[in-house]
Amino acid sequence: MSETMSNEMVHLTINNIPVEVPKGTKILQAAQRIGIDIPHLCYHEDQRIKAHCRLCSVEVKGKRRLLAACSTEVWEGMEVLTDTPIVRDTQVAILQLMLANHNKDCLSCPRNQNCDLQRLCSRFNILESHLPSVVKMEPRISTNPSIVRDPSKCIRCGRCVRACKDVQGISALTYAYRSSDITVTTAYNKPMEATDCILCGQCSLVCPTGAIVEKDDTDAVLDALQDPSKHVIVQVAPAVRVALGDAFGMEPGEIVTGQMVTALKLLGFDKVFDTNFGADLTIMEEGSEFLHRLKNGGVLPMITSCSPGWVNYLEKNFSDFSKHLSTAKSPMSMFGAIAKTYYPEKAGVDVKDVVTVSIMPCTAKKFEASRPEMGRNGMRDVDIVLTTRELIKLIKYVGISFQNLPESDFDSPLGTGSGAGAIFGATGGVMEAALRTVYEKFTGKTLPRLEFEDVRGFQGIKEAEVDLGERKVKVAIAHTLKNARIIMEQVKKGQSPYDFIEIMACPGGCIGGGGQPIGTTNAIRKKRMEALYRIDRELPLRKSHENPEIITLYKEFLGEPLSEKAHELLHTHYHKVDPPYCFEGA
Amino acid sequence: MNDIKFLTKNFGKYDTNSIGSYMNIGGFEALRKAVNMDPKEITDLIASVKIKGRGGAEYDLGRKWSQAREVKGENKIIICNADEGETTTFKDRVLLKNDPFNLIEAMIIAGYVVGATEGFIYMRAEYFCYRATILAAIRQAKNYGFLGTNILGKGFDFNIKLYSGAGAYVCGEGTALIRSIEGKAGRPRMKPPFIKQSGAFSRPTCLNNVESLSIVPHLLLDTESVYASCGTENSVGTKLVSVAGNVNCPGTFEIPFGTPVREIIYNLAGGVQKDRKIRLIQFGGASGKVADDSILDTPYTYEDLRAAGVMVGSGGILVIDERTSVLDFLRMNQEFFSEESCGQCTPCREGNLHIKIILDKMAEGTATKVDIRLMKKIAKVMSMSSLCGLGETAQNTLLSAMQIFPEVFEAGGAK
Repeated sequence: MSETMSNEMVHLTINNIPVEVPKGTKILQAAQRIGIDIPHLCYHEDQRIKAHCRLCSVEVKGKRRLLAACSTEVWEGMEVLTDTPIVRDTQVAILQLMLANHNKDCLSCPRNQNCDLQRLCSRFNILESHLPSVVKMEPRISTNPSIVRDPSKCIRCGRCVRACKDVQGISALTYAYRSSDITVTTAYNKPMEATDCILCGQCSLVCPTGAIVEKDDTDAVLDALQDPSKHVIVQVAPAVRVALGDAFGMEPGEIVTGQMVTALKLLGFDKVFDTNFGADLTIMEEGSEFLHRLKNGGVLPMITSCSPGWVNYLEKNFSDFSKHLSTAKSPMSMFGAIAKTYYPEKAGVDVKDVVTVSIMPCTAKKFEASRPEMGRNGMRDVDIVLTTRELIKLIKYVGISFQNLPESDFDSPLGTGSGAGAIFGATGGVMEAALRTVYEKFTGKTLPRLEFEDVRGFQGIKEAEVDLGERKVKVAIAHTLKNARIIMEQVKKGQSPYDFIEIMACPGGCIGGGGQPIGTTNAIRKKRMEALYRIDRELPLRKSHENPEIITLYKEFLGEPLSEKAHELLHTHYHKVDPPYCFEGA
Repeated sequence: MNDIKFLTKNFGKYDTNSIGSYMNIGGFEALRKAVNMDPKEITDLIASVKIKGRGGAEYDLGRKWSQAREVKGENKIIICNADEGETTTFKDRVLLKNDPFNLIEAMIIAGYVVGATEGFIYMRAEYFCYRATILAAIRQAKNYGFLGTNILGKGFDFNIKLYSGAGAYVCGEGTALIRSIEGKAGRPRMKPPFIKQSGAFSRPTCLNNVESLSIVPHLLLDTESVYASCGTENSVGTKLVSVAGNVNCPGTFEIPFGTPVREIIYNLAGGVQKDRKIRLIQFGGASGKVADDSILDTPYTYEDLRAAGVMVGSGGILVIDERTSVLDFLRMNQEFFSEESCGQCTPCREGNLHIKIILDKMAEGTATKVDIRLMKKIAKVMSMSSLCGLGETAQNTLLSAMQIFPEVFEAGGAK
């Protein structure tokens, strides 16, 4: 993380090569300037420096001991050596020590070929070690629908601990015990779901090994696709199309919607639909709900409910304030409800044969889909949720050469999404999409300018005021639960100045979700955000209420927003959840 | 020469439960003197007698205080490190027990010099028996106006809190100690930020050992320069040493620097039990280094011990007689670190575990030459690259033993 960088320049040498960097730069970054990648594991560019793994130890002339490159600031005249016998010996020894306490079943590891430890062992040509294995083999902990932990893979780097604490302010994962017994675990070793964990999966995103991974549901999808009696349809969240390319050597933020649809068709899905459609539907319901609350003195501020991590957080921490939460289901779940009611009628298939799959940037969506509220007659609306990472696996599994795929379009009738639906994937996007519709519905006028710049950007909490003529509406947008807590403490005290609040659990919104490709950083999140706004800008259809498929859906099936049918299918309710909390049968 | 009493001169002279009794022997005179001096005069005085931090790190005390004074920031903190977790070391305990008021006086002086408003005594859990006395001393000092606001009418405020650790050795390390005081798990953190700039509760903090602090009031009243006249050029004054192990009279002794090791062990500590031969002597606790009996005639000074391959460190001296093998001693020492590493950084966490495994293999007679080489390598990597001082020094004993007793490690170390 860049702290206070000044304009003052510092001159040093690294392996006798002169380098000039701003004061405050760490050795690690200074070395990158001259093309040297000092090995590191606990370091993560978005996190507070830990300096725990010691793999980045380098020699500095005049210093008795090695210094950690990640945490040591450069100084004028510093002479750094990154490639001396003692540095090599240290790096190799540290890797060997880690390996001796690591479950090395790489070939059957979910992170095989995508593991920082594996990459470094390969780089340092670690062929054999005389150290005996000291790893404690424990069973994988798979007690919830979202996250699986494998303590035997943990190298105690602390990245997950920092993500949980510093990004989310939750600290469900923390260190316990000491010395070689030190473990990353939950309080009292409870299952994650029985703690304050909200299943956002940010820990899985920063884990350098296979110690924390998403629960893999790819087999269920492959089975469904192989079953000729099943009509398997898939929806894809907006944030997936701007992240998927990362795994196939494309530039971060590349828009791969067309190739993604082709790949899904190649995988054998009967229909490929768009969660953006579901997002437009959410705006119709949520926007109408907000207008209703506004006009009828309902509970304000109203808070969005499409982020399942956020909903879990509210249920575990602020359940007394669940009346503030919009009752509208998330785009995924609205889509699911329509896919299991309207769609079979329209497509002429038996609902019993319909399997609904959703591709999400999110681990908590797996839990959301398993909620009893998200289905009817014992049937789930969304049968299987895959993360972006699992889709990558499927694409690789089938042997699709993703980079070279032609583009195709989503199928109808649930495949048209507006630009408003697309920007749902970025923090502020739901608010902007809602405002476009709310403004026009409330005032009856056409928006002079569609972009609400104040609600865009990576800032933790954003505010804006929108003039609806008769009334000004004050809105706020927060991402990460650390920021959500700030917003909720205001609500709790009755001091919230807002009418409408958007909250997303993950940094940057869904584009930074816990199910996105490994390697996601804040810099990459920003590129994905730009990409979503680019999709919006380039679409002719940019308002949810103008989506022709949505208009048809209301005409043919739902009637009006907030109608009885809409309420039955598209709205939900919330619970008070006191940890310990266990999933039945999970 | 051994009659010099400086740090120990108040011992038994007053009732440690009574501030009046302490004042009757001149208590708080040093503080009265200090508050009429310029802080720089005090740091200069300390610097002139070259007091090195008595906790083991041997950092120059005068320099530490003047740096702490120069650091910008409000509400600075003085911490007295009374964790004394180093094995064989119990000299701070003797000071806490016999002269608690002197320590409190020293902390107030430190507060005055550094410009701090708050002091913490971080005392190891096992010293709970001194809690009541120290708390009473703090309370009485407050009642007498030596703590609180506008101390001695000089317009400076200072208070002291007593904090007990939970028994982890690593909490003697500055950053871990601070985290413990903050109510967090006692695990060290990387530096920077340095404690002097951002220590307890992110406030500038000056951390001192009990013995280092305790010297200061005596020094201020030492008009005859008795202290400066003791010791050698580079090791000025006196030192508390605690002698333990197979000696007849283990205990803490105040010695002038320069006293030969033989005199400490054979005169002060009464010699080795049953006149057995010495197998080894460990200086400075578990993280210290070892020597054989050839060190007996070395004068106990920072420089002479260092030249002889060991260090003053915490001031502990452990004498092991011929009944214990070098290997068994090393295994015992390693057992300690395998338990006490905090576990955060890889070299210390994993290294201690593997060294323990190899030492156990040596004891079984199954260690190979490769194992011995590996052990030495791990020990070096630990000392070169660990996060904190614990990992850095944990293998001092092993590495020095490998030098002094090479025969133990030959042929794979089989017995």
